Amino acid sequence: MTSTLAPRRKRGTVVRAGDRIFSGLSTSAGILILLVLAGVAAFLTIEGVPGILANPDEVKSGQSFWPYVWPLVYGTLIAATVALIIATPVAVGVALFISHYSPRKLGQILGYLVDLLAAVPSVVYGLWGIQFLAPNMVPVYTWLEDNLGFVPFFAGPASATGRTIMTACIVLAVMILPIMTAICREIFLQTPRLHEEAALALGATRWEMARLAIFPYARSGIVSAAMLGLGRALGETLAVAMVLSVTAGTVTANLISSTNPSTIAANIALSFGEASGKTVNVLIASGLVLFVITFLVNFAARSVVDRRKEFSGAN
Amino acid sequence: MAKSIDVSDLNIYYGDFLAVEDVTIPIAAKSVTAFIGPSGCGKSTFLRSLNRMHEVIRGARVEGKVLIDGQDLYGADMDPVNVRRMIGMVFQRPNPFPTMSIYDNVLAGQKLNSKRMKKSESDDIVERSLRSAGLWAEVKDRLDRPGSGLSGGQQQRLCIARAISVEPEILLMDEPCSALDPISTSVIEDLIHELKSQYTIVIVTHNMQQAARVSDETAFFNLSGVGKPGRLIEVGRTETIFSNPTDPATEAYIQGRFG
Ligand SMILES: Nc1ncnc2c1ncn2[C@@H]1O[C@H](COP(=O)(O)OP(=O)(O)O)[C@@H](O)[C@H]1O
Ligand SMILES: [Mg+2]
Repeated sequence: MTSTLAPRRKRGTVVRAGDRIFSGLSTSAGILILLVLAGVAAFLTIEGVPGILANPDEVKSGQSFWPYVWPLVYGTLIAATVALIIATPVAVGVALFISHYSPRKLGQILGYLVDLLAAVPSVVYGLWGIQFLAPNMVPVYTWLEDNLGFVPFFAGPASATGRTIMTACIVLAVMILPIMTAICREIFLQTPRLHEEAALALGATRWEMARLAIFPYARSGIVSAAMLGLGRALGETLAVAMVLSVTAGTVTANLISSTNPSTIAANIALSFGEASGKTVNVLIASGLVLFVITFLVNFAARSVVDRRKEFSGAN
Repeated sequence: MAKSIDVSDLNIYYGDFLAVEDVTIPIAAKSVTAFIGPSGCGKSTFLRSLNRMHEVIRGARVEGKVLIDGQDLYGADMDPVNVRRMIGMVFQRPNPFPTMSIYDNVLAGQKLNSKRMKKSESDDIVERSLRSAGLWAEVKDRLDRPGSGLSGGQQQRLCIARAISVEPEILLMDEPCSALDPISTSVIEDLIHELKSQYTIVIVTHNMQQAARVSDETAFFNLSGVGKPGRLIEVGRTETIFSNPTDPATEAYIQGRFG
């Protein structure tokens, strides 16, 4: 009976029901993810291509696709990059403080507080950005213009409302901070005791220990954390849409003026409601561009992590 | 360069737990002293108290006195960071920094002292340290490769090279050979013989023959029961401890009757 059911099974191997169910479940979960991803990509492409090919007189902006989407791509990249530049050192510093500097109790409380930041909804961050952060940043922007105006980023004229791309970047940085801090903290805590002691026994101070043992060990984890943060910053919609005062078509290095580029996600959210016809296709096409950017960013991050794999300690 | 160690009435605690009780032991400069005794009797704990490495464990503290060439190791003006630059340590499991090349591993301690060094100067230090650790011939063509790619015995010798590259006064070794094969072990034992001319060496070992082979003095630690503190039972010339110990417990342990 058995031999007819499973004639090719190797002698001595028993396939258990549990194994079979689990492997079936995990295979179908994997296939499902691929299908969803393929479905999204197919939708974006099918609906987006007419938008890319649309004539300027068919759409609301009156521009053909690439000139229209370029300032949005630029705004998206600038906002996400600056947010990441602000958030990464803070996340690494806070995570290191929690994992290796603070007393255990304080570290737990801080970790809990940071996790709590992740539970705040986007719209609340948006309100905070408009009502609190923007007005309070106005004097800072004025100061930056007066003292660092020769740097293109701070060329001014400083915004009177504070609703600049810089304010949006700070809001984004706060929003991506919790996930980045949490990942960094977990990875710092996993640093092998062995390597920490190796550093300390050489006479390393705590900071030198972090440089010798913790950061090299956590490098790929920090990159992953940054990528997750960047992914969220690239796609964040509501908070940016609320905070930013947009002038369509702007491409500028200036971070503190009142003419700002929008981001792809915020632009879709703000324009979709009143869009019709080919304009919808244009917005979907811009979504496709965002999809590709996010994909490329993740791809780049992978290769950064892989490049020095043999030095990673995993072997 | 090498310094002597003088320990008197040392108690070591983990929180409220007294792990090592009332140790008094003199250790001469440029000698090899072996610590032997059953597991859990506090050899590692005591060894770590000699370069204040126990302080990295939460709640660990000592009472008593340790003098390094007459200078109080636990004095108010002593910074544990400086202490550890002066007193090197080699651990039971080889722990080269996995992300660093062999070259950078050897120089890791030097870089902490944050002196700017010329390339030729650091090359010299790397070669000298690796030669002293008996590793130069095996790695001189691949100094830029990661330290984690070496065999266990080579990694341990790399750790020794790293420890001696800063020219410490004293070298502490906690069962440096217990994770190694017999050939690597014998290489490291030869190395200890050579290093003795420059450094004061304290080595913990579970291996009686090793203690007999490498050490001038042997200290036997024991504990009277689980949860009781470890104590130093006796210390003396290695030949004497092995041939004619004073304490019956030492004799029993050496002859393998327990522990
Ligand atoms: N980090 C620690 N925290 C609490 N107790 C410890 C710690 N390390 C060792 N001990 C205790 O101290 C005693 C001595 O341990 P140890 O010094 O490791 O002994 P040995 O090296 O001789 O085997 C043991 O009872 C052990 O449980
Ligand atoms: Mg031990």
